[in-house]
Amino acid sequence: MENLINIFIRSVFIDNMIFAYFLGMCSYLAVSKTVKTSTGLGVAVIFVMIVTVPVNYLLNKYLLLPGALTWLDESFATLDLSFLSFIMFIAVIASIVQLVEMVVEKYSPSLYNALGIFLPLIAVNCAILGGSLFMMEREYETVTEATVFGFGSGVGWFLAIVGIAAIREKLKYSNIPKPLRGLGIAFILTGLMGIAFMTFMGIKL
Amino acid sequence: MNDPWFSAKNLKLLTEPINSKNPITVLVLGICSALAVTVKMKPAFVMAVSVMIVTAFSNLIISLLRNTIPNRIRIIVQLVVIAALVILVDEILKAYVYDVSKQLSVFVGLIITNCILMGRLEAFALGNKPWPSFVDGIGNGLGYGVILIVISFFRELLGSGTIWGYRVIPESYYIVNGGFYENNGMMILPPMALILVGVIIWIQRSRNKQLIEE
Repeated sequence: MENLINIFIRSVFIDNMIFAYFLGMCSYLAVSKTVKTSTGLGVAVIFVMIVTVPVNYLLNKYLLLPGALTWLDESFATLDLSFLSFIMFIAVIASIVQLVEMVVEKYSPSLYNALGIFLPLIAVNCAILGGSLFMMEREYETVTEATVFGFGSGVGWFLAIVGIAAIREKLKYSNIPKPLRGLGIAFILTGLMGIAFMTFMGIKL
Repeated sequence: MNDPWFSAKNLKLLTEPINSKNPITVLVLGICSALAVTVKMKPAFVMAVSVMIVTAFSNLIISLLRNTIPNRIRIIVQLVVIAALVILVDEILKAYVYDVSKQLSVFVGLIITNCILMGRLEAFALGNKPWPSFVDGIGNGLGYGVILIVISFFRELLGSGTIWGYRVIPESYYIVNGGFYENNGMMILPPMALILVGVIIWIQRSRNKQLIEE
């Protein structure tokens, strides 16, 4: 249990997807104009992460790793399919995103319209593919650990996007030089937030 | 259909993404790799060319197939096309510029998740003829490349004192060698790339008032 909490805290604060690795910047910058839509996108990302990371973990463990196919036949013990991991992960992610898109379109048309092109773009959100690749690189031992990691990374991304959306809502009332309004100041703010989050990098639980 | 190949409309597709419809500074697509590969100029240039090739050809292929792809499964079809092209580019880079390919490491693979590709496919190639789509892909690749080169120029010059791997600031100027100069270590770190992009947007928008957001 302690181990799981540790993984969760690490993935939310220390290895934050946006501030430590700068993954998923595109939708982070484009959808963070109001807190409401960014909450919607953040929840969608958390959901996709919780589903894709364990699914990819199981696929990686039972299909791709060297010797993973021995449950099928003893003669596959030397077979190594890990070069297929990229295309396998992206196919899983894309199909789950398509599923989420259909569900959102049916049950919340207003959120669907607000998210626009950025809902299909979750499929190419680097944070999602990055989550699966980090899961592979860090070699989690059980599927529970992988799920907790996926959940934590999603929550970290959610916190970052809601944070910047809140700041940007306040920014409407401040007197920024005109050409810097909107995107420009968002970049600079993210840079400053990133410098602040760099202080988490040295912490070990 | 009877448009000449280089009509004014097609040329506009090529030049607009470089300035007023730039994928990074205006459309906000493809930021992650812009941050990660711009510490040095050479990898940034190779990355820009790779992205341009993949964008152009994936636009072309999806545009050719656009009437046969069922709408519900279009994302998967697009990703398969992109992934196949990226694997090709990766193999070519490994064969001809191995050292740069090693420096880029995972970021060649992450072209698959570069939003420029998906964004252009969704917004342009699915609704347009093959040739304009191809030109649009080249144009967006160029727009992406220009920003990458500019950012990496400043990051390499100020962060390492070199340009394209050649030393610009002489060794004897450094404090360790008894001089007065020190590299700016901040430039190597990712947050500085974000702030540089912010400054580029600032400059671009003060020159082109139409882009200012209210």
